[in-house]
Amino acid sequence: MTTATPAGQVEGLGTVRSPDKAPKRGRSKRTAGEGRLAFILIAPTIALLGVVVGYPIVKAIYQSFLTDQGLDKATGFFNQGGMWTGVTNYKYWLLEKCGSSHCPPGTFGAQFWASVGFTLFVAVVTVTLETIIGMIFALMMNRAFKGRGLIRAVILIPWAIPTAVTAKLWSVVFDPQGILNHVIGAHYQWTSQTWPARFAIIIADTWKTTPFIALLILAGLQGISHDLYESARIDGATAWQRFTKITLPLVKPALAVAVIFRALDALRMYDLPAILTGGANGTTTMSILVVRQLQATNTNSASALSTITFIFIFAISLALVKLFNANIVGAQKPAKEEK
Amino acid sequence: MRTSRGAAVAVILTVGATLAACSNGSSGGTGSNNTNTGQKLAGSGAFTYVTGKDNSGIWAPLAAKWNASHPTMKVTIKQQSDQADQQLSDLEQHFQAKDANYDVVTVDVIWTAEFAAKGWVVPLTGANKLDTSKMLSGPVKAATYAGTLYAAPWASDGGILFYRKDQVKTPPKTWNDIINDCKGKTSPTIQGGKEGCYAGQFAKYEGLTVNAAEAINAAGGQIVKSDGKTPNVDTPQAANGLNFLVNGFKQGYIPKEAIGFQETQSLNAFDAGQLMFMRNWPYAYAIANNAPPNKGSKVAGKFGIAPLPGPNGHGASSLGGHNLAISKYSKHQASGLAFVKWLEEPAQQRFILTKGTLAPVLSSLYQDKSLYKQFPYLPTLYKSIQSAVPRPVTPFYPAVTEAIETNAYAALQGQKSTQQALKDMQAAIKSATGA
Repeated sequence: MTTATPAGQVEGLGTVRSPDKAPKRGRSKRTAGEGRLAFILIAPTIALLGVVVGYPIVKAIYQSFLTDQGLDKATGFFNQGGMWTGVTNYKYWLLEKCGSSHCPPGTFGAQFWASVGFTLFVAVVTVTLETIIGMIFALMMNRAFKGRGLIRAVILIPWAIPTAVTAKLWSVVFDPQGILNHVIGAHYQWTSQTWPARFAIIIADTWKTTPFIALLILAGLQGISHDLYESARIDGATAWQRFTKITLPLVKPALAVAVIFRALDALRMYDLPAILTGGANGTTTMSILVVRQLQATNTNSASALSTITFIFIFAISLALVKLFNANIVGAQKPAKEEK
Repeated sequence: MRTSRGAAVAVILTVGATLAACSNGSSGGTGSNNTNTGQKLAGSGAFTYVTGKDNSGIWAPLAAKWNASHPTMKVTIKQQSDQADQQLSDLEQHFQAKDANYDVVTVDVIWTAEFAAKGWVVPLTGANKLDTSKMLSGPVKAATYAGTLYAAPWASDGGILFYRKDQVKTPPKTWNDIINDCKGKTSPTIQGGKEGCYAGQFAKYEGLTVNAAEAINAAGGQIVKSDGKTPNVDTPQAANGLNFLVNGFKQGYIPKEAIGFQETQSLNAFDAGQLMFMRNWPYAYAIANNAPPNKGSKVAGKFGIAPLPGPNGHGASSLGGHNLAISKYSKHQASGLAFVKWLEEPAQQRFILTKGTLAPVLSSLYQDKSLYKQFPYLPTLYKSIQSAVPRPVTPFYPAVTEAIETNAYAALQGQKSTQQALKDMQAAIKSATGA
């Protein structure tokens, strides 16, 4: 379900771009009339995207250069704000500048780089763990054995539980007098010490979203023909060789989609740390910081942070797309067929 | 070719991912045009009252009673979620949109200054004056911004000390009494054979601001000056106050688990017999005493209550509670004001206590001995609220509380010294309020 929308966007993109690209490539046999028809057909989509995606982004970027409402010292009331202030809001975050001095601890600005570091850390660790475990799960689910249906269902349960519920469940597990400390015989303050709190979030997130990766990889695995494995076996390939020479290359497109989506998800993580730790103990993500700043009704400064987050995630996703280079583009077709 | 296409894919993915973060487009803001004339509010007719989720079921009977006697200005109750954060965002969104249908709203004491400074609520002065002479002074102060009453104090709250009367004969009056009472009897963890000594709410959230402010105020310090924005927390008095909590963790009279406590966790520990002393709100009384439908408390009947201790005699509670405010955008402000005044009448104030166990703002109810049987904590709560200090009444409350929480938390964890924490707190509040 969740995969439907992003995949649809990828597909839609191809459609959007083809009218101007196609003639140059010279591969199209379309007539001018067909091109016009295609344009008419996709025009509503473009218009809709412009309204629900384009406008808010442009508006947010514009606002990020304006001042927030401030207190008018003479009247004691708030003024409108909204004056042009250039890159002050960006300085507030990127340089942690409050006015002319460095933001003191306890301001939102002073938490920016710490939140970037934590967000990256969580994204790298969770996506790595989830990919490895997800691959193992997918390989298990892909085999024909007794009780396979049950295993598949069990593995998918965490993914089916809403994140907020997951967070509440884990906060019971992580209670200082909770089951986890009881089982491992330790006295960790899971959610109120820096490193335990970070690992608590990683554990809960890995538990919850590994099935998502497993599911996408499973879809990729099921597209691989059994003939390949059979002929490899006849040629004397070991299990490890079959995995690295057949499974991995052929599942890579699906894997790429899974990793990129998960990385984006992890980089904008909000709900899990917000509920589990409230962002305390070095677990403030960039999204939490945006929401905090919005709650403090500093909308324009929050827009600047949103924009920074946007560029940050964009850069990372671009890097990931390049890393998987050929495959993300090639992946559009297999990914479609798998569903 | 491939790169540009890859980049485009990345754009689409990123857009989808961050759209939610960017969707808040309202620049909001009003206020400077608000006048303080106190002209008689106009507009009568049916109106809406907005409040947080009504868990104790007080609003249906109250609305029925009001509607029966005021057929021309019937009230509709709109309930929000039971989470304070969500209530606040809901209110902010409706006020930014100048919604005329949010006629009368409930605002937490800590939001009142912001609502006033944004010009969202009408002052209760001049022809619309609300008689506050019979009310407790703390709640009135918490509803006052820049010398003007902007909301009607309606329900209050104050912290009280719960103590194990089976182990401590007389309730502690000072912080040293607590420490002495615990000597040899308690341990620095609640998970051992011995119980912990004292706990309040020390997780990094609003409750820590409440507890830190109580300690600082009790020792004669203050967080901001009376103008609501000039910080004044980098003082020896404030350091004395905060040190009570910092040393608690260092010396073990506050169990180490308490660094993760919110109200519920501290109450659970007290209920399980793991704490000698607990700071909490009066709601904990019925739960710890296994008043139906509660059960499972091991300390039912074994504990007493007292005003919060301080360095020399009783301390100062932070003030909790809610105010009623009338929207500037309402078209039925006269009805709203009549409703607010009606809710302040003794009958209704008594009802919110007996049915909703909320703390009324009328002094007279605390002296009504007929209520003591059902609410034995009333005299203690009265003392607590009488000496209570409002948390900073500032329109920048979210940023101010962040400054207090972050730095107090770092001090409690031993990551920075008390002095440094207060210095940073001072600077962060200054930066937040632009003072």
